[in-house]
Amino acid sequence: MKKYYKSIEEFDSNSLRVAEGEFSVDGIPKEEIESKSYTSRRDFLKLLGFGVGYATLAASCEMPVNKAIPYLIKPNEITPGIANYYASTFYNGHDYCSILVKTREGRPIKIEGNELSSFTKGGTTARVQASVLNLYDSARYSCAQKSNKATKWETIDSEISNQLSQIAGAGENIVILCSTVISPSTKQVFSDFSTKYPTTQVVYYDAISYSAMLDANLAMFGQRILPDYQFNNAELVVSFGADFLGNWISPIQYTKQYSSKRKLTKEKPEMLKHVQFESNMSLTGSNADYRIPINPSEEGALLLQLYNKIAAKAGKTALANINTEVDVTTLADELWQNKGKSLVISGSNNFNNQAVVNAINYLLGNYGTTINLQKPLNFKQGDDDKMKTLVDELNAGKVGAIFLYHVNPAYDYPEAKKFTDGLAKAKLSVSFDEAKSESAQLCQYICPDNNYLESWNDEEPQFGVFSLTQPTIQKLFETRQAQESLLKWAGMEIDYYAYLKRYWELKLYPTQKTFASFNSFWEQSLHDGTYEIKDLKPIQIATYNDAILIETSSAIANHKTQGIELQVYENIGIGNGKHANNPWLQELPDPISKVCWDNYLAVSYAYAKENKLKIGDLVKVNDKFELPVLIQPGQANNTVSIALGYGRTNTGLAGDLVGQNAYMLIDNKGKNKIHSISGITIKTVGSKHILALTQEHDSMEGRDIVRETTLIQYKANASAGNEKHKEVEEKSVTLYSKPVFDGHHWGMAIDMNACTGCSACVIACQAENNVPVIGREEVINRRIMHWIRIDRYYSDKVENPEVYFMPLMCQHCDNAPCENVCPVAATPHSNEGLNQMVYNRCIGTRYCMNNCPYRVRRFNWYQFTNNKKYSFTDDIDLSRMVLNPDVVVRTRGVVEKCSLCVQRIQEKKLLAKEENRPLKDGEIKTACLQSCSADAIVFGDLNDKDSNISKAFENERNYHVLEELHILPSVGYLTKVRNKTEKEA
Amino acid sequence: MYDTRVRGILIEGNKSYHQITEDISTPVEQKPKRWWYISMAISTIMLLGGVYAGYITISQGIGTWGLNNSVAWGWGIINFVWWIGIGHAGTAFSIFLLILRQKWRTSINRAAEAMTVFAVMCAGLFPLIHMGRIWLAFFILPYPNSRGPLWVNFNSPLFWDVVALSTYLMASATFWYVGMIPDFATIRDRAKKQGKKIREKIYGLLSMGWNGSSRTWFRYEALAMILGGLTAPLVISVHSIVSMDFATSIMPGWHTTIFPPYFVVGAIFSGFAMVLTLMIIIRKVFKYQDYVTVGHLDAIGRILVFISLIMGTAYMTEIFVAWYSGSEYEYYTFFVNRISGDYWWAFWIMFTANAIVPQLFWFKKLRKNITLVFIISIIINIGMWFERYVIVVTSLSKDYLPSNWAEYSPTHIEVMLFIGSIGLFALGVLSFFKYVPMVAASEVKSILKPTSEKE
Repeated sequence: MKKYYKSIEEFDSNSLRVAEGEFSVDGIPKEEIESKSYTSRRDFLKLLGFGVGYATLAASCEMPVNKAIPYLIKPNEITPGIANYYASTFYNGHDYCSILVKTREGRPIKIEGNELSSFTKGGTTARVQASVLNLYDSARYSCAQKSNKATKWETIDSEISNQLSQIAGAGENIVILCSTVISPSTKQVFSDFSTKYPTTQVVYYDAISYSAMLDANLAMFGQRILPDYQFNNAELVVSFGADFLGNWISPIQYTKQYSSKRKLTKEKPEMLKHVQFESNMSLTGSNADYRIPINPSEEGALLLQLYNKIAAKAGKTALANINTEVDVTTLADELWQNKGKSLVISGSNNFNNQAVVNAINYLLGNYGTTINLQKPLNFKQGDDDKMKTLVDELNAGKVGAIFLYHVNPAYDYPEAKKFTDGLAKAKLSVSFDEAKSESAQLCQYICPDNNYLESWNDEEPQFGVFSLTQPTIQKLFETRQAQESLLKWAGMEIDYYAYLKRYWELKLYPTQKTFASFNSFWEQSLHDGTYEIKDLKPIQIATYNDAILIETSSAIANHKTQGIELQVYENIGIGNGKHANNPWLQELPDPISKVCWDNYLAVSYAYAKENKLKIGDLVKVNDKFELPVLIQPGQANNTVSIALGYGRTNTGLAGDLVGQNAYMLIDNKGKNKIHSISGITIKTVGSKHILALTQEHDSMEGRDIVRETTLIQYKANASAGNEKHKEVEEKSVTLYSKPVFDGHHWGMAIDMNACTGCSACVIACQAENNVPVIGREEVINRRIMHWIRIDRYYSDKVENPEVYFMPLMCQHCDNAPCENVCPVAATPHSNEGLNQMVYNRCIGTRYCMNNCPYRVRRFNWYQFTNNKKYSFTDDIDLSRMVLNPDVVVRTRGVVEKCSLCVQRIQEKKLLAKEENRPLKDGEIKTACLQSCSADAIVFGDLNDKDSNISKAFENERNYHVLEELHILPSVGYLTKVRNKTEKEA
Repeated sequence: MYDTRVRGILIEGNKSYHQITEDISTPVEQKPKRWWYISMAISTIMLLGGVYAGYITISQGIGTWGLNNSVAWGWGIINFVWWIGIGHAGTAFSIFLLILRQKWRTSINRAAEAMTVFAVMCAGLFPLIHMGRIWLAFFILPYPNSRGPLWVNFNSPLFWDVVALSTYLMASATFWYVGMIPDFATIRDRAKKQGKKIREKIYGLLSMGWNGSSRTWFRYEALAMILGGLTAPLVISVHSIVSMDFATSIMPGWHTTIFPPYFVVGAIFSGFAMVLTLMIIIRKVFKYQDYVTVGHLDAIGRILVFISLIMGTAYMTEIFVAWYSGSEYEYYTFFVNRISGDYWWAFWIMFTANAIVPQLFWFKKLRKNITLVFIISIIINIGMWFERYVIVVTSLSKDYLPSNWAEYSPTHIEVMLFIGSIGLFALGVLSFFKYVPMVAASEVKSILKPTSEKE
């Protein structure tokens, strides 16, 4: 081999040799040193560095134990980071909604409306949105219990089966007490159970009863049903205390129909007219064009007058007449003009009133147009009378065994004591409650049901309309579905899934012709979550019979009241109190009063003035309990009202001892529970209780924050009430060039005519964006974290004000005042027009919060997440399973706010890119928009001239809040239009 | 020589140079009296209270303060602006008067500068502790970094604040220190004679080898003038920038072009009032009546009348513009919320204390009444605190959308922080009494001849 060299020294390598002995250590020959130390200085340094580094690492850093176990084989449908949606159904005996469950890595984290459902059409409510948190509630029973002690299922099964055979053998009664069951398969389970134990009886009991309506329909149409109301066919709706947008029967469905009739377009400048008579200010009443405050006892008299006026036009004989302060002549005229296009409803559980309501609707020819008896709703079938009989039987010791399913009479039965006394007398008492409840703890056995997100089930909300519930997560605890328990005790060893499928195969599969095999039918139904029988044979309705009217009218005429009248009602967040342990719902401000974490005694302004009451003053109601006073504008004088659902005593950390239980005030003497009672005593206690209010100032102070007009003015001029918008646009002068967005420019528009203020969006946003709950104390400190809030303003007379709702979130101003003041540039503007918040850059100077004229920025005043003090659960880890992994959980000391669901924007953008197509308009749905039953929110790309959002921005009704500040918000609002003549009716 | 006789006698009591040295050096050399220890103890307790409140704030969060979603700034910022204002006295006093060659300043400027340094230190604490994440406070400094690099937002007035404040603190501290060098040398020399080894060492180090040669004097005076010239604009800039924390926003009551001059004048106003408070205490306690004469106090009193008139004008201008602009939000803030609304008491305390009470200084008789002057100086300090309270709280609590309107009241943590800052200030001032010659002896000596009674 040739030798290449660069220099003489290299060529003559000897010249490089060191002088002999130069580096030798005393006495040791150099060779020996070299051979022994094979660690060079360089290696030594490396080892030293590594050693020190590793030692530091090992000594100082606590290595977390990672419990994540990867899939050995990845399931086809699960890709980490991609959400899966499953169609399902929410039903808890009270609220119903057809839903999609969003799961991430196997965890349900969000509820969305199912748009394929012909019944709820994608709408949701706050309670439905919040239901996902109930799955991760630490108050759920984690195993079967006997005498409130954990027991094995096998023990319980054998014990209960034995007792049941004994009880049935002795011919004693077995009662399944449940709230209205709308599941056909469950009903089948009940009947199978009764076959095994023939003394079984199923009693429906609803905490909030519609018994009177059912009875009235039975008396007049021969069927004990709730009709299907069709607000979308009505031009005039007259409601007597029915909160159909909030709680009455099927609010999602009604909100959809109502808002579709309230939305205005240039092509269709017509809208439904809504008149509401009520004592307490309800969500529905606050949306009415005309709201007339009345005492609950006046309702019957008014209905009679209305009937008589209409009967006169129809040529029918008049009934007893009672004079009232309110004149209904014009209303009767209008109703008569809208024959067949009107709807009169009443929310009272008073048989007489409901009978007259039916008669009025009949005279107006509304049956068949706005009221459909042939396809009735299956909700709220509870029978007050049967429940009363049951309680008596229990006390008489006539009931051998009782099963409680979805009911909590120890809390919500007006005579709870009587019920619990009776319950103790039953030989066998079993509760299927999934979470702690007042009734369950009194039962001998607790056989916890699965959460609905862990269950199979089917529901039939309306005659012929079906929907399915499917599990979206493996059971978290050792629970078992109630149906399965019953089947087991009935001696049928079949799991409920198979049972359900068999039921569908036998009963529903034959009702369709589309699918040739049951499997494809089943799969399609499960995929859609819903199935509707076409060409259904309608229910047979007997001919109208108004014989009872004479009797009812005299009953109304003879009805006597005295003193102050009380109305108990359901509010939006807590409802009937079943989910009082849901901290999201507890912290949802009531849309009207803006109070959360409490119920209160709402009194009228005049009453408060007369008795020198101020907000928060404690009063003793009927010597039963103390409640703080809230002065409610619009509350009928001489009436007070209290929300139900509060005052739970055994529901969990969040819901226990919040407010007072008003169920005990309900009048249970008659055939039907009456939700209003007279002769209430109110005594001042002398102390105060601070209510957690999220808004304390009710007036707009003459500022044009919510711009409004009337329908007549709108017809004459589409930009009526919104003249200032044009003026601002024209007069706007700036030295700076208008911001340019080359790609997308996101914007949102909110139709204030459609928005009912129902607050579903607030909870949807909370679930989507991991918004923390902060508790009553911090709400009182005005630190609520909600990213979207609903401002509520009153105008006009305090006795009967007009109410305005304005959903407000970050307005994503293109000339955002918050952005330039941040010293660390933690809130920059994206090139798509979004005002972004960079949490890990934020140092919390809070200047942005001060400089936001909408005050939509929220600060983490404390460590709200993962903190015992603010978790309102016993198990933080469990409750954190609901967190959306796409949204960062914020730490203490940073500012946060609405991002317009940037994670959803990004998701759809990536999807479109992957599929190599442009984004479709309406493809991206923010959480608030998705949840909205009223379809009041539009979101999209302002750069796309054909998009709905661009059209909304061009609408003459569109304006921006505080647009005169030239901050260029990307959120628009469409003016509120009331269907009102200038003069009061 | 420049004739300052127009000012009358500046140093009373026929002092000799030695006597001046004695008078001024003695408090440094002697063991302090009992009141000093008691005051030190009280201030330390106050400071410890503040430290506790700071610990709570940092360990638990800003939630321990009374702030909310609408009023995100409260006592923290009020105190910040208040202290900064007080910190204006030193610069305004000694530097302006130095440049204008006003010799009467010499007996007061040292104390005024000391006050500035301590006040600015107190002021600097508040924006820091006020941050949600104080451990990331370094994000606010523009330094090369590996995050992009990610720079600060140069548009933000809060960043300007950081720059202005740190510059101001450094400049005023340097100016103060440089001024003290000849006096430190005096103490060093006296310590040598007295045989105090440690004191000689310390003050020797502090005096940076001052040897009293005319070259040293020449350089010293030139440096003082240059530093003065450089620092003078800071008086204007610091508080102008602090005012921009408010003026660049869009909040009604904040968004005002009058703010920079209004704030600067206000700052000088409160600074002078604080100087007055402090000097009256010093001359009483240390029997410096000969150095800080009634004539001095009289001069400050006259200045205060003048500034008070400017303050009154500024208040009226704001109110006028709120009406004249036709902005309903501004109108509401000034006419409803401030003058007659929930915060009327704060507004009227401010207006009375700052614009009306100082008018008493028109009367020579009242200016000579030291007790009264002392009380008025305290009233002005309180009034100026309320001015910041009115600005910060009333604008934020009721702004554009009535749905957001919220009340604000401080928690005990905020109050303790404020007390703590007063404790810190007092500790600084007390240490100043003990360890530093309170009057600039060398400068006073320079004016002794032409202005003392003996000719």
